[in-house]
Amino acid sequence: MSIKVYVPRDSSALSLGAHDVAAAISAEAQARQQDIQLIRNGSRGMFWLEPMVEVETAQGRVAYGPVTPDDVASLFEADFLHGGKHPLSLGLTAEIAWLKKQERLTFARVGITDPVSLDDYIAHDGYRGLHNALKLSAAEIVKQVTDSGLRGRGGAAFPTGIKWNTVLNAPAEQKYIVCNADEGDSGTYSDRMIMEGDPYVLIEGMTIAGLAVGATQGYIYLRSEYPDALHILNEAIDHAYHAGYLGENILGSGHRFDLEVRRAAGAYVCGEETSLLESLEGKRGLVRFKPPLPAIEGLFGKPTVVNNVISLATVPIILDKGGEFYRDFGMGRSRGTLPIQLAGNLKQCGLVEKAFGITLRELLEDFGGGSASGKPIRAVQVGGPLGAYLPESQFDTPMDYEKFSEIWAVLGHGGVVAFDTSVDMAKMARYAFEFCAIESCGKCTPCRIGSTRGMEVMDKVMSGQNKDENIALVRDLSDTMLNGSLCALGGMTPFPVLSAINHFPEDFGLDKAQVAK
Amino acid sequence: MLDDQQVRIDGHINALRTLPGALLPILHAIQDDLGYVPESSYPTIAHALNLSIAEVHGVVTFYHHFRTQPVGKHILHICRAESCKAMGADALEAYAKKTLGIDYHQTTADGAITLEPIYCLGNCACSPSIAVDERVLGRVDEKRLNQIIAKAREAA
Ligand SMILES: Cc1cc2nc3c(=O)[nH]c(=O)nc-3n(C[C@H](O)[C@H](O)[C@H](O)COP(=O)(O)O)c2cc1C
Ligand code: SF4
Repeated sequence: MSIKVYVPRDSSALSLGAHDVAAAISAEAQARQQDIQLIRNGSRGMFWLEPMVEVETAQGRVAYGPVTPDDVASLFEADFLHGGKHPLSLGLTAEIAWLKKQERLTFARVGITDPVSLDDYIAHDGYRGLHNALKLSAAEIVKQVTDSGLRGRGGAAFPTGIKWNTVLNAPAEQKYIVCNADEGDSGTYSDRMIMEGDPYVLIEGMTIAGLAVGATQGYIYLRSEYPDALHILNEAIDHAYHAGYLGENILGSGHRFDLEVRRAAGAYVCGEETSLLESLEGKRGLVRFKPPLPAIEGLFGKPTVVNNVISLATVPIILDKGGEFYRDFGMGRSRGTLPIQLAGNLKQCGLVEKAFGITLRELLEDFGGGSASGKPIRAVQVGGPLGAYLPESQFDTPMDYEKFSEIWAVLGHGGVVAFDTSVDMAKMARYAFEFCAIESCGKCTPCRIGSTRGMEVMDKVMSGQNKDENIALVRDLSDTMLNGSLCALGGMTPFPVLSAINHFPEDFGLDKAQVAK
Repeated sequence: MLDDQQVRIDGHINALRTLPGALLPILHAIQDDLGYVPESSYPTIAHALNLSIAEVHGVVTFYHHFRTQPVGKHILHICRAESCKAMGADALEAYAKKTLGIDYHQTTADGAITLEPIYCLGNCACSPSIAVDERVLGRVDEKRLNQIIAKAREAA
């Protein structure tokens, strides 16, 4: 029997040369007349070890990494095909502490299976949720999701079950499920890892959502920066259609669900759900006034569920194991697990799925291993470009929606970006305004004009002109944006700006005492 | 040549016009094929979708991804977002501009490389990141950037 060798096709692994490693392994195996089966899996999410190669042995999967093409010959010499020892040996993958400490529910299969193999998906508990859902009424499916306590993972943390219930109870001939795969936040990549590493779990989640609310058409709105995800999703959707998991008669149940991927076009604001719907309709991505909610009047004016990739990809395990199983993880009103993405200046960046409640410090130190540069970590931005910067004194905050609100911060989509002591927080505050100016949809004045004005004023602050007056102006502007913006792009840009000023006044030429007031 | 371009544009429009919300799929198909969306295509698109030319123009210009002018053989995207900044993207960006002798949205004199900013490639565990055309590259330093630029020039 041929030996199974795994080399990830996740685009971050590819960005470090995984294709070349795969090619080198194939060539070397052929030269040595070794019978191997090369499987291109998703990533386990330990990116400092990518490209990470795994081999299936009698004891389980054994890992090696980070592997370069130059290491391949020596891996064969060391008989890695039978788990032989090598300087790059990491031992049994399942025993790697970094993975073992996690609670992988949504990410249960990522890195383990062949992402496009439907058989592999099913062999690893895939489609059990759908089978259960097909035995339930729509309202019963919604109840499971409500009971699970799942809140939207796209940023706003709105209870998914309540959203679904609204759509279920909105009478209409046509309803839609829209998956928000615009993942624009810097420091986030969990949506991408799911789509590249376990696309069927998203397809299954959307299908269940369709059954739950009576929608027969789904769209995945995928950012254009993710071409690999596009190909993998399309291939998986094709297989799902052929096997009867999508289409006019899902598994002979008489229920219909069609699914299509649509490419976005590089506008951050199109991650905002109403802007996204405009874009799907073929228009400029101008944010809509709410109400009406998309759940009542969404895509093409019809009731629409808009959910993030992770929210939807978490539905199958809820329907498989029950809402209560999922709800038992977490703390307070943050139930279940959060796929946290460690990014920026950390030694060990990667995907950590943990129950809510783990502290930022545990993430940065135990998982992240401290900064990559070796300098102290000075600031951490959680929740993307609209998230606050946290100083060291706040690192003991647990990952929990409410605990973060209390310190005027957000969890957002779970991105954690670490900066070492070389960071200039005034520059980061200016950048927050700049990003808002570049990405503003232009519909409201506080955001459209305020962001550009903010940038100009920050330039003055940074060149030392009338510092106190100009900082007061930044605060004023931030106030206007906070209170007068239609959506969170303008409305939350003050989070990074003001948190930078308040926690790191010295970078703005202010002293702490002055700011404390 | 221009006629051939129009034939291809018409082909994309005809293949996709009946999709709900067909405009973005059509624009993507045209740009994937031609490398940009020529303004000369607006009237045909507008007519097929029952839009005004101004509406088509408005949509094309709203999205950062769409271009209305041809670009260099390769597009070098430098990520400017926070995670990459935390790992030295500002310096990398300055180095790329200096080495290529161009600013963002410009093309080198030999037509090989167009430089564009990008805001997150989803490769934040391997910052700083860049992309050459569609291929993302992680943990890029100056030395690696030089190799990448040289390779892009070779393949130009
Ligand atoms: C400027 C802006 C950008 C956003 N970008 C995203 C995004 O990329 N992905 C996402 O899922 N939600 C994003 N959101 C949140 C969505 O508006 C919406 O809350 C979410 O898609 C709902 O899904 P959920 O309930 O499953 O989180 C963004 C919001 C704003 C204001
Ligand atoms: S806050 Fe900015 S992005 Fe949001 S609607 Fe207003 S102008 Fe558009």
